[in-house]
Amino acid sequence: MHKKPIVYPYIPNSAPETKAQMMKEVGVTDPMQLYEEIPEHLKYKQSMQLPEPILDEYSIRRHTDEILSKNKTCDDYLCFLGAGCAQHFVPAVCDEINGRGEFLTAYVGESMGDHGKWQALFEYCSLMGELMDMDVLSIPMYDGGQAASTSLRMANRINDRKKVLLPATMNPEIAMIVKNYLSSVPQPEIQIVTIGFDINTGLMDLNDLKKNMSNDVAAVFIENPSYLGFIETQAEEIGKIARRAGAEFIVYTDPISLGVMEAPANYGATITCGDYHPLGLHLGAGGCQGGFIATNDDMKYVSEFKDLMYGLTDTIQEGELGFGEVLYDRTSYGSRDKGKEFTGTSTGLWAITAGVYLSLMGPKGMEEVGTTIMQNSQYAAKKISQVPGVKIQMSSPFFKEFVVNFDMTGKSVAQINKRLLEFKIFGGKDLSRDFPQLGQSALYCVTEVHQHKDLDKLAYALQGAVSC
Amino acid sequence: MKKLGVIINPVAGMGGRVGLKGSDGIEILNKAREMGARPESPQRAVEALKIIAGIKEQITVLAYPEEMGANECLKAGLSPEVIGNIKSGATSPEDTMEAARQMADREVDLILFAGGDGTARNIYTAIGSGIPVLGIPAGVKIHSAVYAINPRSAGEVARLYLQNQVLDLREAEVMDIDEEAFREGRVNARLYGYLKVPVERRVQSVKSGARSEQAEVEGMAADIINNMEADTIYIIGPGTTTRSIMDQLGLKNTLLGVDVVLNRELAANDVGEDQLFKLVDRHQGGSRIVVTAIGGQGHVFGRGNQQISPRVIRRVGKNNIIVAASRDKLVALQPHPLLVDTGDPDLDQELSGYVRVVTGWEDSIMYRVSNDAD
Amino acid sequence: MAKKKLLRNNYHQARWDEPIIFEMSVPGERGVLVPRACETITGQVGDGVSAIPAGLRRKKAPALPEVNQMRVNRHYYHLSQETLGTDVTLGISEGTCTMKYSPKIQEHMAARHPGIVNVHPLQDPETMQGMLEIYYKVEQFLKEISGMDAFSLQPGGGAHAVYGNASIIRAYHRARGDKNRTEIITTMFSHPCDAATPNTAGFKVITLMPDESGYPDLEAMKAALSNRTAGIMITNPEDTGIYNPRIEEYVKAAHAVGALCSYDQANANGMLGIHRAREADFDLVHFNLHKTFSAPHGCMGPATGAIGVKEFLQPYLPVPRVEFDGQKYTLNYNYPESIGKVRTYIGNANVVLKAYMWIMQLGAEGLKEAAICSVLNNQYFMKKIAAIPGVVIWYAKGKRRLEQVRYSWEKLKQDTGVGTDEVNKRIVDFGIEHYWTSHHPWVVPEPFTLEPCDSYNKEDLDEYVEALSQISKEAYENADFLKKAPHKAACHRPTHDAIDDPNLIAVTWRQYLKKKGKGRQ
Repeated sequence: MHKKPIVYPYIPNSAPETKAQMMKEVGVTDPMQLYEEIPEHLKYKQSMQLPEPILDEYSIRRHTDEILSKNKTCDDYLCFLGAGCAQHFVPAVCDEINGRGEFLTAYVGESMGDHGKWQALFEYCSLMGELMDMDVLSIPMYDGGQAASTSLRMANRINDRKKVLLPATMNPEIAMIVKNYLSSVPQPEIQIVTIGFDINTGLMDLNDLKKNMSNDVAAVFIENPSYLGFIETQAEEIGKIARRAGAEFIVYTDPISLGVMEAPANYGATITCGDYHPLGLHLGAGGCQGGFIATNDDMKYVSEFKDLMYGLTDTIQEGELGFGEVLYDRTSYGSRDKGKEFTGTSTGLWAITAGVYLSLMGPKGMEEVGTTIMQNSQYAAKKISQVPGVKIQMSSPFFKEFVVNFDMTGKSVAQINKRLLEFKIFGGKDLSRDFPQLGQSALYCVTEVHQHKDLDKLAYALQGAVSC
Repeated sequence: MKKLGVIINPVAGMGGRVGLKGSDGIEILNKAREMGARPESPQRAVEALKIIAGIKEQITVLAYPEEMGANECLKAGLSPEVIGNIKSGATSPEDTMEAARQMADREVDLILFAGGDGTARNIYTAIGSGIPVLGIPAGVKIHSAVYAINPRSAGEVARLYLQNQVLDLREAEVMDIDEEAFREGRVNARLYGYLKVPVERRVQSVKSGARSEQAEVEGMAADIINNMEADTIYIIGPGTTTRSIMDQLGLKNTLLGVDVVLNRELAANDVGEDQLFKLVDRHQGGSRIVVTAIGGQGHVFGRGNQQISPRVIRRVGKNNIIVAASRDKLVALQPHPLLVDTGDPDLDQELSGYVRVVTGWEDSIMYRVSNDAD
Repeated sequence: MAKKKLLRNNYHQARWDEPIIFEMSVPGERGVLVPRACETITGQVGDGVSAIPAGLRRKKAPALPEVNQMRVNRHYYHLSQETLGTDVTLGISEGTCTMKYSPKIQEHMAARHPGIVNVHPLQDPETMQGMLEIYYKVEQFLKEISGMDAFSLQPGGGAHAVYGNASIIRAYHRARGDKNRTEIITTMFSHPCDAATPNTAGFKVITLMPDESGYPDLEAMKAALSNRTAGIMITNPEDTGIYNPRIEEYVKAAHAVGALCSYDQANANGMLGIHRAREADFDLVHFNLHKTFSAPHGCMGPATGAIGVKEFLQPYLPVPRVEFDGQKYTLNYNYPESIGKVRTYIGNANVVLKAYMWIMQLGAEGLKEAAICSVLNNQYFMKKIAAIPGVVIWYAKGKRRLEQVRYSWEKLKQDTGVGTDEVNKRIVDFGIEHYWTSHHPWVVPEPFTLEPCDSYNKEDLDEYVEALSQISKEAYENADFLKKAPHKAACHRPTHDAIDDPNLIAVTWRQYLKKKGKGRQ
């Protein structure tokens, strides 16, 4: 049974003529002779049990389409899920540029042949710098979780202190990432202290903060706007308390809020970080996140970034600008530190996209999108609060997201969300597991993509969901 | 405009071809000449200088007269300003020293010199470590670490330095024969000091993980300090690597000698063998030796740190020796092992094997140690 | 037959002399308009922003450029044309991590299908069964390909995966109350992340030098192992492309002292269907799905590092785990011993989808064919490159390398003064991406690391060889010409390729303006 060999379009030298010619050239008659360095018993002799291949392109498209079509999408459903991955308007130019093959398939080329990549990432840093009102960013990180984690370790390196204070309202996914990232062998590791909050406002309990504040605190970390949506109105005060004790004040922010909300740097943040997903990226089942950290131009901070930095410089050609690596061996300032962290492939393509987004939006666009989000979300909250038994948990002003409590309805969030599916609505993120103190609460996310009729529909559907 | 000084030791390398150990001293030199030796340094210097001639419009060159530099510069296509006086055909180490001094007075940016260990030592003796230098290897004995690996590379690095493309300077050991030991019939190198040498710095892209040597040295010092145990004597050997430990502890350091630390405080500076042994021997608690790889051949014991004698090492114990060296240093040694030459063959044998060399903060490399330079 | 012309002597990259986007700003221009709240909404809530306390209202608008849409689009098109992605060049240059051709159908599905693009990661699992099916199946495929028992696709890159494995090693020993395991052993020719990530996880790192044959020194490892050893992190073949036939002995020695063994198979290109982590008795493994399984690199991500473990380490994998009861796919968070998370949600679904499609198009036989062709390409390539004047190949004389080789221009440098950095700057003048030299330190002098992988045909390889031969010839004949290269790239050499002086650091446009006064002269 000698099958005719398959010629794979992606494996050009599987064509028998070329293959034979090349095998002759390297002096083998059987392909396995190429592997003579691998001892026989370490070779895998069986055939891997994998599905039969789908060889032609049409059929693999059909096959994949059939699987993906099993997913319900936010095209068909109204989505009120956010929790760090909100649905925003993505300008077509963003997709156009990140679909450019040159960007899609570039890697680590130097600044001459890959000049465009370096410039695009430099521009990402520059545009983000304006939004954050800070001077220094590195090329991007995996996601907001990494940005939060590294910000905390930067603080630890800067002041050599071993304790960090985090808000109890923090994004639980990110809190899990941070917990693992600050963990170390052997002990002592960086100690995490969680600061309490007011259940009716969401705001940080300043007494608890002060109680835990001491001169061994490396950083006070807050989210603003917070994971639970409320605006931490005491941010400036918290920053003062932190800095008075010599701690870094880290603010994790939502970049799309910064056309209307103040840049954290201007209310005292020494390190600003977050996830730039809102800036021109799709939901992508969570695959379009990207982290950033920004600081001021102070070597104390600059030298603690863990990822590459591209610096604008002259070239040997008069009048031309090029790029060089900045502080390549950055650890020279931090050698006493407990760990230099690591860098690697992260989210370059998405960072370029975020740059495109900010270029398109300009100052006006950012102000407008922030305004629309504020208006839409307030309207939604208002409508929802009119549903019997449903209340908005926190009285603080909020941006984009807010906590809806269903305790009085006698129904669980899970039940309500199941019912909402029948209305083709993805209800808010169920908080009952991560925040049991909030009872049956869900985190609703409303952005510029939601229209008046969508929000009315939500209110209507909720009414139905809680009453049957 | 950058200023380059050129000094050539015209007799360096003469001894090698006729089996003599170096060419220092008139007697040896005459003997070498009788045996038909020819100088190596002129031709090697020309090789390096030719590369520099490629940027001659961008620099000023000062050279010592005739065979001490001027001739070779002209041959390489450079037009140097000639300074100083020599007696052609009868130059001496004093001429090298005088040349260095004059160039220092003229504030050159770099001295490029051709020679061997003696030449480097002369320059160091004359002007200390203020001015960056770079050696074109031409001598018989090259224990010093101030030399490029070959003349071409010396030319390249010098050119880059003069064009401001190399910004890193490294402190490199000046080593030469230990005359005391020599009089006792042993040929042994001693550490005389450090000269600043430009190093070609490579920026590599993202996957590389490169760090500067200085960062590594600071990291390894921090690591050693972090692991220091109470009531334990730490014998800190000579060198710039170990100096960083003393610097970080804020203690006075003897660059070319041995210091002793106890509970992170200074117990003694610049101790001799006898004092060292007594300190260790009388101490109730444990003791450790911290040494680095010294010189171009990577000696852990027996070069520059002879105060740490066999009996001291035995008293401290093999397992209590901490070796620190930068990755670059170890890589440069490849594939040769680190060397031990304590003067006690049995001890050298015992010390052979593998040692965990501290190379940075919580970072180390397993490296082979041998009593035999392969 | 006349020799086919392969070398692109007349190539010139686009050089747009493109301004920085801020320089293109024309006050008042708009690039895009965004949705505004309708009157019904504003009628009820007003301007919305008054709710923000005064202290937290943006006082000064961000100084973003104001550029019309066409100009933004054109600007980024220009920048893309000034970039050598593997869609336009030979990725052979990226040794240790050459990207395969990523079939366009995969990109089209991942970037355009609403069934992934418009899916929220926190949707009820019942509404994302398709996505979870892809995850689950890719995990099953990788189990088969590696022989391991369980996988997580959460990490966002190769180094991230190694970090995940280091975290698992830490969690395992901690769960056993074994507090003395503070050391990880790795090798000089492994990727630097094999040292950096355990260090981030709090381990002390011990590195093994290569022995004279280029293998990590086994005797040195035995000397380093002790009851303090938590694990070893090792690649095989290493960057040199030399398969280490004694790999089992390393694993045995490590297991004998109670350490875990982690196999860095980021690049398993030459190994698919040929050799598995299981047979070599490793406890943990990782694959780069961007790379071995054909997702593209995207200017440094998004990416996925898949981590695989043996059964006994399964409880420590990141959560949530994708599970299947025969009917439904679910996300399970209930693993109390888990390291927690290393990335938000379920990782980079788009990358996982591309890997799924690639594996499905090849099947077991096709994967093996990819491996064989990548090794065949490499051995053919090595033979041609070895004949180029100035090239030296270190270690393992006469042995067959697998998917890549670390070459050296040591001889070229000695003969001509032209080293690997110079050659690397010149190569883009032929339309070929800058190549990868080596990570630090350069154990092999003047290194360059090339990996042809399975995507390139014989002509591509020959073209590459011709480019290197041409540059070698230039080095011997006119070295000075090379010292100003590249001549035909998008940009010339920067005056500083390493910027360490705080007065010169400008990583953002605003920082540049502050330091330069008024920008470009």
